[in-house]
Amino acid sequence: MKHIKTISKSSLNITNGKGCGECQTSCQSACKTSCTVANQKCENNDK
Amino acid sequence: MFHKYLFKDKHIVLDINSGAVHVIDKIVFDILDIYEGDNKNEVFSVLSNEYSKDEISEAISELDYLKSQGLLFSDDVYISNKAKDPVVKAICLHVAHDCNMNCKYCFGSQGSFEGIRELMSLDTGIAAIDFLIKNSGKRRNLEVDFFGGEPLMNFDVIKEIVSYGRKVEMNNNKKIRFTITTNGILLDDEKINYINDNMENVILSIDGRLEVNDKMRRTWNDKGTYELIINNYEKFINKRNDGLYYIRGTFTKENLDFSEDVKHLINKGFKNVSIEPVVVKDHEDYAIKIEHLDAILNEYEKLSDLYINNAKNNQMFDFFHFNIDLEQGPCVFKRISGCGAGTEYMAVAPNGDLYPCHQFVGNNGLKIGSVYDVDYSNELYDIFNNAHIYNKEKCRTCWAKFYCSGGCHANAYHMNGNMLEPYEIGCEMEKKRIECAIGIKAVLSK
Repeated sequence: MKHIKTISKSSLNITNGKGCGECQTSCQSACKTSCTVANQKCENNDK
Repeated sequence: MFHKYLFKDKHIVLDINSGAVHVIDKIVFDILDIYEGDNKNEVFSVLSNEYSKDEISEAISELDYLKSQGLLFSDDVYISNKAKDPVVKAICLHVAHDCNMNCKYCFGSQGSFEGIRELMSLDTGIAAIDFLIKNSGKRRNLEVDFFGGEPLMNFDVIKEIVSYGRKVEMNNNKKIRFTITTNGILLDDEKINYINDNMENVILSIDGRLEVNDKMRRTWNDKGTYELIINNYEKFINKRNDGLYYIRGTFTKENLDFSEDVKHLINKGFKNVSIEPVVVKDHEDYAIKIEHLDAILNEYEKLSDLYINNAKNNQMFDFFHFNIDLEQGPCVFKRISGCGAGTEYMAVAPNGDLYPCHQFVGNNGLKIGSVYDVDYSNELYDIFNNAHIYNKEKCRTCWAKFYCSGGCHANAYHMNGNMLEPYEIGCEMEKKRIECAIGIKAVLSK
């Protein structure tokens, strides 16, 4: 495309059902006083 | 829903419901002021003086292609009332409600959390691990953070709790990640070696430049703490090798130029830095107020410049709030449900009482129970489980909702008295950080 460069396609990582819940809890990382979920990593090994 | 913005010289558009990120040129940027996916004629009529008909047609055809691929104008299809499995997978263990520092902005009442000063007993620590294992259902990865006050004031109990955790995790097919948050005063060789051998992440508290740190982070006899901790931290990271750590500071009204503090810490050799805004009510003389926002947002711009320049010179550092994984980030279920406080994450006070998170400890109205409860039942579960982005009016229509997940429950509760009403200053800062994090990716992408 001439006018648009896509640097990330659909990134919401849509899982079926409820999600596996194996990822890190956001406040256990570095924040402790805010909430920054999007910088967590998915840890679902069955994808 | 989409969000478009200019970052450095890049025009960027985020498709909120798919998570797609596009770098666009000026004509597409202008078209998106008008175009909603089905109103081409309106675009021609408004922009005909600025662009030729052929240019507009070409740009719109590219937008239509993205729409056909579900990468623009995509629908929100996630609204769900599904409850999470009622499991607990992470606890914040307050092993010390006491502190060897007297920081001015401490949300834990200088260690006591508005209660008595006490240390957690080994019996309570063991009961907390048993509680976690028992209530974790099928979750394999569990987390235990040693917190305070200053957790290293209870170092012997920490070691015993870790030993116990290592024993029971094997018997129960679990993996416990131990982490610790410390102010650094008691970090000696023995503790450094132990932490490096046993803790998957370590948060080291310091605010940055000496004068900035020492204004807020004081000893009980009212002296600065920078000189007491900086050498300990340098020694610690020299021995940390590839282990994860964050140097974490707080900025207040007193250092609105906090990018200088990040710079200072990087120049000291620390690679992983997090500097967070203080969250207190306006009457405190160091409070961040709405009139400080412009200066703060500009600091995030400066930090972005620093980040980009360093990356281009192969001198990467990690600023916690600029971490964003556009490929393998959290699933949409996690993005909707948020931090997990009060549902899958809880804090344990020294006497074993359970609270929704470390920032609620001491609030008896929000006490969930105790690790000693034989028949544990979380009566606050529904309140916290329902405090998600679709039940927060301001979040539902906000472009940042899948990045911040509705923000911090404790900030909303403490600043607005209502967990469903996000803390506005925090929202504005978070939106800027997200724009910068994604903008940096766009600038550095080939």
